[in-house]
Amino acid sequence: DLRVDGRGCEDYRCAEVETDVVSNTSGSARVKLGDTDVLVGIKAEMGTPKLEKPDEGYLEFFVDCSSNATPELEGRGGEELGTDIANTLCRVFSCENSVDLKSLCINPREHCWVLYVDVLLLECGGNIFDAISIAVKAALFNTRIPKVRVLEDEEGTKEIELSDDPYDCIRLNVEEVPCIVTLSKIGYRHVVDATLQEEACSLASLLISVTSKGSLTSMKKVGKGSLDPESIFEMMETGQRVGKSLHIALQKILDEEESLGTSRPKVGFLG
Amino acid sequence: MAAVTMRLPQARGPVGAGAPRRAEKHLVAPGDTITTDTGYMRGHGTYVEDDKLIASVAGVVERVNKLVCVRALKARYNGEVGDIVVGRITEVQQKRWKVETNSRLDSVLLLSSINLPGGELRRRSAEDELAMRDYLQEGDLISAEVQSIFSDGAVSLHTRSLKYGKLAQGVLVQVSPSLVKRQKTHFHDLPCGASVILGNNGFIWIYPTPEQKEEEAGGFTTNLEPVPLSDREVISRLRNCIVALVTHKMMLFDTSILYCYEASLPHQIKDILKPEVMEEIILEARQRLLDLEG
Repeated sequence: DLRVDGRGCEDYRCAEVETDVVSNTSGSARVKLGDTDVLVGIKAEMGTPKLEKPDEGYLEFFVDCSSNATPELEGRGGEELGTDIANTLCRVFSCENSVDLKSLCINPREHCWVLYVDVLLLECGGNIFDAISIAVKAALFNTRIPKVRVLEDEEGTKEIELSDDPYDCIRLNVEEVPCIVTLSKIGYRHVVDATLQEEACSLASLLISVTSKGSLTSMKKVGKGSLDPESIFEMMETGQRVGKSLHIALQKILDEEESLGTSRPKVGFLG
Repeated sequence: MAAVTMRLPQARGPVGAGAPRRAEKHLVAPGDTITTDTGYMRGHGTYVEDDKLIASVAGVVERVNKLVCVRALKARYNGEVGDIVVGRITEVQQKRWKVETNSRLDSVLLLSSINLPGGELRRRSAEDELAMRDYLQEGDLISAEVQSIFSDGAVSLHTRSLKYGKLAQGVLVQVSPSLVKRQKTHFHDLPCGASVILGNNGFIWIYPTPEQKEEEAGGFTTNLEPVPLSDREVISRLRNCIVALVTHKMMLFDTSILYCYEASLPHQIKDILKPEVMEEIILEARQRLLDLEG
């Protein structure tokens, strides 16, 4: 139970989380997990609800893999990886309870809030899915959507009025937001939070999205190797355990950051 | 039990703030003017513009009589004859192997430069050529010495000694070549229970000390027995210490690695990579090195 850098099979590298780094977004977060660096920005815009869900808002994911992240992503190389990550995030958040979409509705069938989640992969140091999901959760926690009121005219046309106070906004409840835990199979054991070298040695990995209560919302197998059904059960159990402690640690750091308020020294990118 | 630690980011202080400045080194960045005196000849890393000598790389200015050049601090490995390197085989060609050594061009290991079983002065036959892949395949790690340098800068290696050859079980750490100090020997058996090869090209190989000095046939047999946990702990700790030294831009040689290892003993292996623990260990190691010199 000892890896090259001294960690156990279920230990994460030391992570740094900072929210509210991008000023012109509704919410943003930056997560550094070892060498992996991810920036997430969330913009809330008004749009029309989807036809099959007229009284709910929705989330749109877009992932951009910067060419600086790793040499293979030069030029157009990052597009495939980007769409892959975006599709995974869509699946993870497709569970009904993850985000309270009904609170994003302004006018049923006519207006709703659409949250555009933009993920920017700055540096790839192994385990990008976990870092991205942590950053998305932190950014959703940090998102502030302005409160709007719908006024109805005499002719029946609806007007949307934005409140004048810039601090009057609604926050999202992120308790049910899942986080992805990647378990990579190396030899006969599986490890959490693989570095680049460990990822090169593992033939198959299992991506599990776990909520803070330990329930799984989605599962995906990646890699060209095969996984035994028995080991899949073991990996799922490990993923649930690790996922719960991940949520506890993340919530603690987000609450700590929140409690520091506006006096928090902002480190940003030049610190 | 899983351990997940998260923290808020802190602004990083200047690296090596405690290091005393010995001699004033003339450090330049690309675009800095070195001198406006026209009497100097320009060497590597400089160019002339408007009668001024300007640096093109970030590094230290070196002056020999009238020749001014800038030696870059972070550059690819430039081979010198007699250096020890650790490299990885990338290609198997007709009579030679191509080895990746973190330099501008792939290094070359000729079939005539390795030890084959059957004696030193055997003539390499056609069967030897066909059996090349049995000795070294793509992806193998070797330790070798630089025999000569081609005119384009590519390095030619040889393993004509029993201490060089294929490397079996261990951990590779890749650092910048300028951080490895030039010493008399680069193979060290540390008293903590592991051995280390400090390649001049920045590849550092940490492996468990072999029990007895086996006389292998040219060093091509690999020992794939499982390594005991105590040895693996020592190797992981050494690897983290080397990463800590590199993060704080300290020169790597056996004494500095040993002092850093001893300073890290009270901490857990995985804690060494935490920023505050790393600073503490490096401070102690640096202090001991200064006491050694002074």
